Amino acid sequence: MTLLFTQSFTGVSIGAVLLLIALGLSLTFGQMGVINMAHGEFIMAGAYTVYVVQKGISGAGTSLFVALPVAFLVAGAMGVLLEWLLIRRLYARPLDTLLVTWGVSLVLQQLARDIFGAPNVQTAAPSWLTGAVPLPGDLALPASRLFILILALAAIGALAATMRLTPLGRRIRAVVQNRDLAKVSGIPTATVDRLTFFIGSGLAGVAGVALTLVGPIGPAMGTNLIIDAFLVVVAGGIGRLRGAVITAFALGLLQAVFEYATTVSTAKVLVLAGVVLYLQWRPQGLFTLRTRSLA
Amino acid sequence: MLTIDNLVAGYDRSPVLHDVSLTVPADGVATVLGHNGAGKSTLLRVAAGLLKPSRGTVRFDGEDITRLPAHKRVARGMAYVPQGQQCFPHLTALENLQLVADGRREGRAALDEALDLFPAVRETLERRAGLLSGGQRQQLAIARALISRPRLLLLDEPTEGIQPSVVAEIETRILELAARGGLSVLLVEQHIGFALRAAEQYYVLEAGRVTSAGSGDGAAEGAVREALSV
Repeated sequence: MTLLFTQSFTGVSIGAVLLLIALGLSLTFGQMGVINMAHGEFIMAGAYTVYVVQKGISGAGTSLFVALPVAFLVAGAMGVLLEWLLIRRLYARPLDTLLVTWGVSLVLQQLARDIFGAPNVQTAAPSWLTGAVPLPGDLALPASRLFILILALAAIGALAATMRLTPLGRRIRAVVQNRDLAKVSGIPTATVDRLTFFIGSGLAGVAGVALTLVGPIGPAMGTNLIIDAFLVVVAGGIGRLRGAVITAFALGLLQAVFEYATTVSTAKVLVLAGVVLYLQWRPQGLFTLRTRSLA
Repeated sequence: MLTIDNLVAGYDRSPVLHDVSLTVPADGVATVLGHNGAGKSTLLRVAAGLLKPSRGTVRFDGEDITRLPAHKRVARGMAYVPQGQQCFPHLTALENLQLVADGRREGRAALDEALDLFPAVRETLERRAGLLSGGQRQQLAIARALISRPRLLLLDEPTEGIQPSVVAEIETRILELAARGGLSVLLVEQHIGFALRAAEQYYVLEAGRVTSAGSGDGAAEGAVREALSV
């Protein structure tokens, strides 16, 4: 019973990390159809933001909460810059976008090496996140994992509310559904694209902050995450937030089950094979929606 | 109000419109008639700013707007209802309307006015626009265009593919709107009777050229039917 509980919590917390790294991508790739290979480097930028903020603010708890909005802004600004400099010129050419953003991803990794050095760096976690939260019946949950879960749920809640309830959310959805009609409804679609990219990239920064609690910070960390992020968005159904949420947790649980039965690496292989098989059966993913240049 | 001069436009360098000139009078209705493929919709897309012409000018209230982006033309007082009852299918009918009302002074009042004009839309506000019938979607589309309080309305085949009872309703509303004053209409229409009833000025477009034009009174119908050979 205890084992089942801890393993399913592990699964849920892996899911929460997957969800955080995929959430931003579900906007830029899912809604806008941009294959941004540099999305992982925005996550990295968010993680390094924690490192930099901690140089200035010594309290680990305070610096974490300062780093969250700062990372959102830093990664968001990088996203806007990328959109403005390169991506907006390539909207009708998904393969070119892929190559160009992959190049940008390499440049950003090298930039991180030049600034912070090649080895991984460490950040301090606040003391209240290093222990475990005791539950009745001799159970305990790692506090950092619980924090990431809460952060992921808060992020998805905020994003869903923005998309559903605000004028900006309406505009983002409208531009995806019918770009020409949005233009003639008076919506400045280029500005909406840029804002969408800002939010999507900013969410990658938030994911980066969360990841400093569970893993090392290094120049190549984004590369390891980008595949997982695309996996979640594609399997969830491109353009559907709900699909990304369900898929993230489903993959997290699968990963935890396979990890328990085999090893971490074998579990990764099995999950990937599972997704490939699933997409053979349902190529459109869990949910479907027409987007701009893909699917 | 709207003056188009010597317009050449098309897709991928193959022109659809050749040297088209027309005028929409202030507070008046001009209609464009023609067979499928004559270039009627292309003409409206150029007027709305969705397609850049390769030659010629578009003037609105004397201002040259040939290079003005589509969304800025809406702010100038132009609204466009494209062909095919277009809407944002995954947004509710209300959200479709709010999109235009958002951030606009008196947006809410304009939204209510549009709903008063098309009471049928009021019944469907909470439903996803993609689930509405063709007639409901077209009324929603015209209502959405009116929320920006346009001085010029570009209407592309507003009655095409819609059941006859709703066609009559839509025609009545358009005639009412035009009669109110303060609004000019450029109407593309297959339905000759309605087009000429509504219009002060008509243009017949054939293979991308204006082949016949005149004022839209009773005498015009024979001439138009002859020009279109129907």
